[in-house]
Amino acid sequence: MNKGARISIVLVSAAVAVGLILFGIFGYLRTYPPTVVFTPSPTQPHTVDVTLQVDPDVGPGHAHPAWPGWFAKNAQGKWVQTTLYQVPERTYVHVTVYEYDSGGPLRNPIWGKVTGTVGNDVVLNGKTVSLLDAAQGFGVGHTIVAPALGLSVPVWGLSGTEKTFCQTGPCTLSNAHNVETFTFYTGNHPHNYRWQCFIPCGAGYLNGNGGPMATTGYMAGFWKVVA
Amino acid sequence: MAMTEEAMRERKEYAKKAGWKIFAIWLVLSLIGEVLVLYVWGPHMPPGDMTTSAASQQFDFKVLTAMVVPVLLMVWVYGAWSLINFHATKTDRGDGIPLRGNRRVQGIWYVTSAALVLFLAGFGTYELINGNGVGSGEGPSPIWKPTAKHMLVVQVIAQQWRFTYRWPQFGGMETTSIDLPADTTIQFDVTSLDVIHDFWAYQLGVKADANPDVNNVAYTTTSNQLGRFTVRCDELCGIWHGAMYNYGHVVSKSAFYTWASNMEAQNASVTKLLPPFATTYTPSYSGAGGGYYPSYDPNGHAVTY
Repeated sequence: MNKGARISIVLVSAAVAVGLILFGIFGYLRTYPPTVVFTPSPTQPHTVDVTLQVDPDVGPGHAHPAWPGWFAKNAQGKWVQTTLYQVPERTYVHVTVYEYDSGGPLRNPIWGKVTGTVGNDVVLNGKTVSLLDAAQGFGVGHTIVAPALGLSVPVWGLSGTEKTFCQTGPCTLSNAHNVETFTFYTGNHPHNYRWQCFIPCGAGYLNGNGGPMATTGYMAGFWKVVA
Repeated sequence: MAMTEEAMRERKEYAKKAGWKIFAIWLVLSLIGEVLVLYVWGPHMPPGDMTTSAASQQFDFKVLTAMVVPVLLMVWVYGAWSLINFHATKTDRGDGIPLRGNRRVQGIWYVTSAALVLFLAGFGTYELINGNGVGSGEGPSPIWKPTAKHMLVVQVIAQQWRFTYRWPQFGGMETTSIDLPADTTIQFDVTSLDVIHDFWAYQLGVKADANPDVNNVAYTTTSNQLGRFTVRCDELCGIWHGAMYNYGHVVSKSAFYTWASNMEAQNASVTKLLPPFATTYTPSYSGAGGGYYPSYDPNGHAVTY
């Protein structure tokens, strides 16, 4: 093999190696959970229904089965483990949350207040409330806070000793749960609105942050408001 | 080849004339530059004059820029003169001119440089230590405090990934937005509930680290300039660090008290759940999931409210 051929082999091999490394890096960086698209029905063009559940463990088959996380019910009625939700602008979003996780006190009790919903309240197990005192009962399990939308909703927690406490998601209605419903308006500024949970629930991480708290698809996500 | 006496005299004469011309050009450009810096650009320099600390920082920038302009222009004028007058022709293969030092010029150069550097050292030191409210966090026991009898106290609470504000003079309410009254001295008590953040209100000239368990105090006084300012986290604090910002407004005193009263009423339900205003806004020590507030303290930390 002449010198030119050897040089060519080295260069081609190096290019392939660099390409594979870059493909791997960018492939990892561009990995996102799926986006569940919510569309209005023809009879109610400016409203969509969003059904979510939050579980203590997302369960097997997911990247981090032992982390708490959120599921959304897609148009086919299937639970999808994600925190990316697409909704139309100028639309009232009716959200139903099934809470299957245990709760606790809030590090900052201000996150127990409901803001940004229609009426600045939620309906918790059939009762309208505007403030959850996390020092009472079993506390707050998680929160849905989208700062740029002004939305802040605490989700009431369960007792971890419930007989039918769900261990891994997606949980079913036969498991102990709380039901919380609320409505918010998406406004007329299409944008990806970041939302997150303000209950540090990353067990094993510093101060409960990190892990699921810092990972899209678990305790951080986006309301994708589109035109 | 040695130069003749006549040639040497001509060179010296040329250097003298050229030196005065360079000096004159530099002087005129410097005067124009100083006027532009101090009176045209200066009033628009960052971070503005919305507060005393912002105005103080703007003054520092003005002084530093004013000092830089003559130095920069001397280099540029001398360089331009050299490029224009001292270039060699393509066929010139001779040695350069024999140069002799000019002790007077060298002396002026050294003395001026030393004076400039010493001035900047003194000015910088004075600006660092004098109590003009530079707007930086001074720790839990501030060295300098403003003399104003009435101060508005705002506790800035950072957490991943949001700022909230406690108002001890308004029933201890907490808000997710911040309005400030004009012409008022403000005391910012900055702390964090989790990791290290940094409260940076750029247009206010205020920047203070938000450390867990630490009350980092910063002062400033708003002017009569109303308008919007940005609050940003300036410490890389996690995945949503880039989204950790919001906007505040400096408003008239009457508008502020209207806003604060409304917020106090709106937040009355949650205010009773909040701990009283504390010198440190101590988070729970129970780790994941938080803890009942005020919390037990298994680590032996003092929890004071």
